[in-house]
Amino acid sequence: MNASMLIAAPELLVLIMGCVVLCVDPFLREERRGIIHMLGMLTLLLAAIITLRHEPAGAGQAAVTAFNGAFISDPMSDVLKLFAYATLGLVFVYAKHYLRTFNQFRADYYTLSLFALLGVMLLISANSLVMVYLGLELTSLASYALVALNRQSARGSEAAMKYFVLGSMASGLLLYGMSMVYGATGSLALPVIAESLAANGTDDVLLIVGLVFMVIGIAFKLGVVPFHMWVPDVYDGAPLAATLFISTVPKLAAFAMAYRILAVGLGEMQADWQQMLAALALASLIIGNLTAIMQTNIRRMLAYSTVGHMGFVLLGMLPGTATGYGASLFYIVAYALMSAAGFGMLVLLSGRGVDCEQLDDLKGLNRRNGWYAAIMLMVMFSMAGVPVFVGFFAKLWVIKAVLDAGMVNLAVAAVIFSVIGAFYYLRVVKVMYFDEPATETRFEPPVDFSAAISLNGVLMLGLGVLSGSLLALCTNSFLL
Amino acid sequence: MITLAHYLTLGAILLCISVAGVFLNRKNVLILLMCIELMLLAVNMNFVAFSRFMDNLDGQVFVFFILTVAAAEAAIGLAILVVLFRNRSTINVEELDELKG
Repeated sequence: MNASMLIAAPELLVLIMGCVVLCVDPFLREERRGIIHMLGMLTLLLAAIITLRHEPAGAGQAAVTAFNGAFISDPMSDVLKLFAYATLGLVFVYAKHYLRTFNQFRADYYTLSLFALLGVMLLISANSLVMVYLGLELTSLASYALVALNRQSARGSEAAMKYFVLGSMASGLLLYGMSMVYGATGSLALPVIAESLAANGTDDVLLIVGLVFMVIGIAFKLGVVPFHMWVPDVYDGAPLAATLFISTVPKLAAFAMAYRILAVGLGEMQADWQQMLAALALASLIIGNLTAIMQTNIRRMLAYSTVGHMGFVLLGMLPGTATGYGASLFYIVAYALMSAAGFGMLVLLSGRGVDCEQLDDLKGLNRRNGWYAAIMLMVMFSMAGVPVFVGFFAKLWVIKAVLDAGMVNLAVAAVIFSVIGAFYYLRVVKVMYFDEPATETRFEPPVDFSAAISLNGVLMLGLGVLSGSLLALCTNSFLL
Repeated sequence: MITLAHYLTLGAILLCISVAGVFLNRKNVLILLMCIELMLLAVNMNFVAFSRFMDNLDGQVFVFFILTVAAAEAAIGLAILVVLFRNRSTINVEELDELKG
């Protein structure tokens, strides 16, 4: 038991600190609330140190399990957790500025985010269906509450309700799939399920039904077509601080969930899930990119672009090789950083009681402040996949993995729809650089905000230049 | 004699009723919450049936987790419902149409 606790030390730390933040808040006077933010950042820093240090028995021993095999710590989980801390750190800095501007700076955002992070970490390290379900629900329940953070907002509560109903239904369907797989294999542990499939074959009708329902659940959590209906409504209706969180950290967990269930648990059924994922990925690329073109609301536009990006992530999973999963992992990490920077910029543009929503709010950003316009430019170029930026390499590696697996048609479709997608990203750049600004208000963000967003913007370029080593890190974490 | 197939059929019927309830109900958000609960209970039925017929306790343990999570989920769902009603003075599904595009 003691050894288990040590292996799960980062999770325990996040759990304890989430409770500490919750308990400290009532004793703080209004002007001392900054402590909450410091505690949140401290948690992430400590968790990162523990995750880096506890490196189970060196790189030689790839994976260790804890709690009777329900929890696993392997190189992939460490990489994903470190990126989750880093992204959440950026999100906290942006969200602090947002919450202060809108007079909502309370502990609830931080507590809910930390508990959601705990769910994300459990999901990343899940090695049994029970852990997958618990991690997923912890993340989801905290996210529903985050969306309803602003209790006076009619749009926020409507978005929360839609997210809640659709999200719970997806969890229910995922569970139904789990019950079928349990019935077919007699176990809830992912490695045992894999062994049972290898020994007894995959012809069981229960397995097929279970697989279909689980793919539906995964598709919903990733937000791919046709289970993407919640994405635009939630991104648009939620307060920006909640959108920032939902569009970044839980996506990492959704990828981990797809990997754990499909590759680790149901790897023997690859031929079956490959076709389903290919259809979902293609539909997401088409509908995500085409619908995004028609949006005038920048948050809905980013939401539909997310749908397209998630299509790419699924594409990378199709070949079922370490290279493919590595490319997907690279993509989801790049996406989380791009999304954090994109919504961070929207936080900067919000103020005087209104969230930045319309594309027109970005008009003439270059005249108002050249540096912030340059950051947004880098984010948009990266999302569009312009060479040298990290988004380009993310797309490149995924397409290369798909080509290596011989799926030429899908690779061609992916290229075509990223070119179509480039249109709406470049439109944002055009609006920023060539339109007249509607207002001349100066931006006066706090120092940490401008530092974080500058770092985030420069990372788009830096990780692009260093993409080789990041890809090696991602791919190696799947080579056991 | 009631066999495993009977339980699975009942579970499938309950699941269908709950999914149909979510999509067909256009009047009341509360009914959506009930449908979600029903869906989780259908899953529990499956787990317990499998667990009983395979003589394997894992499924029944999972059911306890699902029941607990379902309670937390209902609490959050009702909390969101209260916030929604305060802001919109309605819980009619058809009137939740402010977010579009």
